[in-house]
Amino acid sequence: MCDTCGCSQPADAVTFRKPGDDGHHHHHHHGDGHHHHHDHGHGHHHHHDHDHDHHHDHEHGHDHGSRVVQVEQDLLARNQGLAMRNRGWFEAKGILALNLVSSPGSGKTSLLERTIADLRGEIPMSVVEGDQQTLNDADRIAATGAPVLQVNTGHGCHLDAEMIRRATKELEPADGSVLMIENVGNLVCPALFDLGEAAKVVIISVTEGHDKPEKYPTMFAAADLCLINKTDLLPYVDFDVDACEAHARRVNPRLEFVRVSARTGEGLDGWYDWLRARRAAVGAE
Amino acid sequence: MHEMTIAVGLIELAEEQAKAAGATRINTLDVEIGALAGVEIEALSFCYEAARRGTMCDVAELNIIALEGRGRCSECGEERAADFHVAFCPDCGRGLEILQGRELRLRSLNVD
Repeated sequence: MCDTCGCSQPADAVTFRKPGDDGHHHHHHHGDGHHHHHDHGHGHHHHHDHDHDHHHDHEHGHDHGSRVVQVEQDLLARNQGLAMRNRGWFEAKGILALNLVSSPGSGKTSLLERTIADLRGEIPMSVVEGDQQTLNDADRIAATGAPVLQVNTGHGCHLDAEMIRRATKELEPADGSVLMIENVGNLVCPALFDLGEAAKVVIISVTEGHDKPEKYPTMFAAADLCLINKTDLLPYVDFDVDACEAHARRVNPRLEFVRVSARTGEGLDGWYDWLRARRAAVGAE
Repeated sequence: MHEMTIAVGLIELAEEQAKAAGATRINTLDVEIGALAGVEIEALSFCYEAARRGTMCDVAELNIIALEGRGRCSECGEERAADFHVAFCPDCGRGLEILQGRELRLRSLNVD
């Protein structure tokens, strides 16, 4: 059931909402569609043991007209194709799209609130918020005055390129602006799904383990920038910033780092300078 | 669980390809999964079982071909095992150029 309006929207459906929507104007959209609802009632279940080695002779084994169709297609090709379309669209409009990824609770939303407030008047920003449920993060961003769209992925653990295509269509980010895409808090799955962003920014907070880059190397390998957040808490935790950076460099030698505190503002200039440089690189002012 | 998204995409791709080939039924799917692809084979098999009901893959067997990670040393040119995207030659310590292991590919279908 839909958590806002009580309609029969299934909990696992993908929804796109703006803060202030009364709940019945939200789009009952199924991001990757039509496969959720095959309820045919023929209750037969097939249990195959996939662990043993199958040696099917596909050329000759089926003598009742079976044949082999060669496919040789990448399973992420569809997402990749849509991501490239998004990327082209962003480039044409001079929009810097950033995919912000982290574990839950690293301070992504706080960092965005602060960034939007500090750069108001200099860099126009809009935000796509990805979470499994609730409008909470979008409400926080809306309070800063920035245009925001909440994508609730239901049971989904990541945003994909189709969701971003839909979201940007709704949000209509301005030419030359920065589009911040706050991915679902998860260091594993979002690494695999290109959204068409110019760069991934991975955020780690000092209340996490400094060996996280080694535990979740895929995300750190895919990112261009690593923000180490909550540095105001360093006196109270055992987090070793240098060790964290060394771990991360091992999986990604070209990764850049900025140490910040979204709460005190410490180090944020380095993040803003990185944003300005990236923005210049996509042709925005 | 991005494996669910991948399982659903796999089934859609298989249906599309089978229909294009004029098939009415899919018997087996041969899928290559590399060790560096970031996909758990067990999780993918589990999701496939859940996602295929009511599709053309309803009775189709998922045959997973697991491919190990391999890379070539940029220094000595030897081929070595790679357990991550960023891997180093055990002899000279130089980075390996990944040759195999990133696959996430529907190789072929057996259809009627």
